[in-house]
Amino acid sequence: MGAHSGVMEKPAFSVPAKKMAMWVFIIADTATFAACLFAYGFIRNATPNWPRPFHSITNVALMTFILVTSSLTMLMGVRAARAGDKSGALRWTFITAAAGIIFALLHLREWLALIDEGMTLFKNPWGTGLFGASFFSITGLHLTHVTGGVIALIAVGFRYKSGRYNADDLEILGLYWHFVDMVWMFVVPLVYLLNLAH
Amino acid sequence: MTSETQSGMKKDLVVYLCILALAALQFVIAYQSIDPSQMFVRMLIVAVVEAALALLFFMHLAENRGLLWFVVIFTVFVLLAMQYGWTDSFRITSGAPWSKIG
Repeated sequence: MGAHSGVMEKPAFSVPAKKMAMWVFIIADTATFAACLFAYGFIRNATPNWPRPFHSITNVALMTFILVTSSLTMLMGVRAARAGDKSGALRWTFITAAAGIIFALLHLREWLALIDEGMTLFKNPWGTGLFGASFFSITGLHLTHVTGGVIALIAVGFRYKSGRYNADDLEILGLYWHFVDMVWMFVVPLVYLLNLAH
Repeated sequence: MTSETQSGMKKDLVVYLCILALAALQFVIAYQSIDPSQMFVRMLIVAVVEAALALLFFMHLAENRGLLWFVVIFTVFVLLAMQYGWTDSFRITSGAPWSKIG
């Protein structure tokens, strides 16, 4: 034991440094999403002819179900890793990644349908052009996070398989995945459900 | 599988079902015939409860009080700091509240 071991600082909140770094990232990213959603709120509130183009909730309901379920499969993966069940942990991690891919594909399908109806970043057939800009920005930012998460799940999964990463690393990635899920819980009501055509 | 792992999985499953039920509730609220501002408030309350469940149980903040307070205080401060724009956004549409002063 080195001479300096007695003066080593304890980690903040008894959380290991890597996990703390993820928490700090999550807090910063919360501010990013909050800024986007607040800006969207200000614009929507101040724009009288705000479009309400969504006729069906089937796609967004399915996307919500898949993303929330993927949080559960992520938890299963971390629990399996903690219990020493390496193959179980890998299986659940890759199931989570597959759920993320399905979510992204459903999202893209929805985007393409809206683009087909004439919606772009700056104009749409229903009302103010600001709608497209805010819709694509917020859902695009979220989709980018999902895509990054899927890549990370696959990369960390393979590194966990090769023994370079352990259960702690899976848990840290799990925090990110749950965060992405949590953001979606606010995007759905604000961006989709409040813009349903009645 | 240890009993601790099994009880943990059971808790995860219960929280998952609660979040799904709350998500479904948001969809029900969307089809209610109520004032849009009322609808917004109700949906936001449900979303906050969903997020709290995810934070406390999926992200295990319930097990670390110190970190919980750090995250909550910092995040709430940032969210409150972002409220500044509402008065402007209301003023653009209705002239309120400033045009009514005096």
